[in-house]
Amino acid sequence: MSTPFLSVQNLTKRFQAPKGGESLTVFENVNLGIEKGEFVCIIGHSGCGKSTILNILAGLDEPSDGAVIMNGKEVSGPSLDRGIVFQNYSLLPWLSALKNVTFAVQARYKSWSKKQVHDHSMKYLELVGLAGGAELRKPSQLSGGMRQRVSIARAFAIQPELLLLDEPFGALDALTRGSIQDELIRIWSGSDQTVFMITHDVDEAILLADRILLMTNGPYARVAESVQVEIERPRERANIIHHPDYYDIRNHLVEFLAKRSRELAGKQDGDTQAAPKIVRFGANAGAEISSETGGKPDARKRAVNNAD
Amino acid sequence: MLASLNARALVLSLVLLAVFLGLWEAASPKQNLSGELTEYELLMGGAEPKAAVPPPSAVIGKAWEELSNPFYDAGPNDKGIGIQIGYSLYRVLTGYFLAAALAIPIGFLIGMSPLMYKALDPFIQVLRPISPLAWMPLALFVIQDSQASAIFVIFICSIWPMLINTAFGVAGVRKDWVNVARTHELGAFKTAWIVILPAAAPTILTGMRISIGIAWLVIVAAEMLVGGTGIGYYVWNEWNNLDLTSVVFSILMIGLVGMLLDTAFAYCARLVQYQE
Repeated sequence: MSTPFLSVQNLTKRFQAPKGGESLTVFENVNLGIEKGEFVCIIGHSGCGKSTILNILAGLDEPSDGAVIMNGKEVSGPSLDRGIVFQNYSLLPWLSALKNVTFAVQARYKSWSKKQVHDHSMKYLELVGLAGGAELRKPSQLSGGMRQRVSIARAFAIQPELLLLDEPFGALDALTRGSIQDELIRIWSGSDQTVFMITHDVDEAILLADRILLMTNGPYARVAESVQVEIERPRERANIIHHPDYYDIRNHLVEFLAKRSRELAGKQDGDTQAAPKIVRFGANAGAEISSETGGKPDARKRAVNNAD
Repeated sequence: MLASLNARALVLSLVLLAVFLGLWEAASPKQNLSGELTEYELLMGGAEPKAAVPPPSAVIGKAWEELSNPFYDAGPNDKGIGIQIGYSLYRVLTGYFLAAALAIPIGFLIGMSPLMYKALDPFIQVLRPISPLAWMPLALFVIQDSQASAIFVIFICSIWPMLINTAFGVAGVRKDWVNVARTHELGAFKTAWIVILPAAAPTILTGMRISIGIAWLVIVAAEMLVGGTGIGYYVWNEWNNLDLTSVVFSILMIGLVGMLLDTAFAYCARLVQYQE
């Protein structure tokens, strides 16, 4: 069993209560692994610490316990190896869309000439459909969808080893969200980018992800299950709903969010090293799993924890 | 209707001005020379029964006379209004930009470092409420030069709004933008230049605008004390000459120059303004 590209080990986050009260444990003993080139989504209710996990992966936040290891090195502090797209775009409002990308590219490739930086930035802006003058506008003159496109272009343009997306489409309307999802999946397919994405949208997760991690409710949240999405690519929003596994996966996710995320919540007892339980559907449902995350094989079509 | 709002406001302003000047003119007693004056009366300043504030017509006449030849220099006590204002502007801008050169870097430091903020805060709180003119005797003693002392007084009065606004603006830069700098591994200098400075620029410019206003207020008082040249000295000198027409005229000039300074800084503030 080789170590995965990204390995999260016993990650724990506690917030110290003011004046000697009991500290709040948001999540505890989160274990997960991500392979190079994988697209992983994480789903869970608000307050389970998804964003905190992502910030720790980004190096913007510190865990109380546990470690994140990427490429055999422990993550400490932010780095250009990990690009981030936030829900609120995080564009610098006094710079044009183009400049918002070029400063990042310049920071990544310090030896490049101005022309190289400009051409590289424009290439990615064109990939997300921003060209022909729109790239010279300030973020305030762009729609929410356009701003998020700039943010995505910036993240891909620095070609990080790991791309972190924190609910990138959360603030967008359904139509815009759909078209940017298509663009994201298209750009991702043309790269070997590893992606870790937070979402609240079950359909979005199935459309985009190779694997969906399910988090129980906090406090003491943890990653309980890892659902394999083995629907072949390229996927299209119009066709994916006709895939035989689609509704099995969807129902499983919805049921988890509606019911089991609450039932499984609370303190863990016993195995703190446990990797999330692996769940598969369709033809591979019964297959023996030699998991890179060390999960135990689960033979049932819908592997459901016995709690219910 | 909306398009004519400016036009209507202009008309109203002119009406108010005309009414105000008319009342002022009407309230000024007419000067009537009656009969022969004794030698004593001549020595005491002519035939006016009582010295009075000059009517606007006299002030306008004076303004025309002064502004048609603003740069004449006929000795220490008789210089054109342009020269006097020039001296004042020179002192204000010198003291002001010296203050900016110190206040903005220190403000950055205080805004970035909670330690520096806590360490320097007591000094700022004690020094800030001191009237700038209270420094004058000390400045005159230490610097031994009235010109430089006036500049020092401008320096000390314009430093505080810039220092505090810079610190406030820098400390208030949105966490998201700082995180953008962190995730792109920008060094301290690049972070300051690409992210913090543009983010804090509108707040810094507000501080600079407040400072230039205060500096222009203080220079008049400072020049009344140090004497020699400048618009403040001019006002006091004309008062000593009992030339109230010149006093009223120079008061108006002080207001006009102050307005122009403020307009210039308002324009600069618009240049660095950004919309989120």
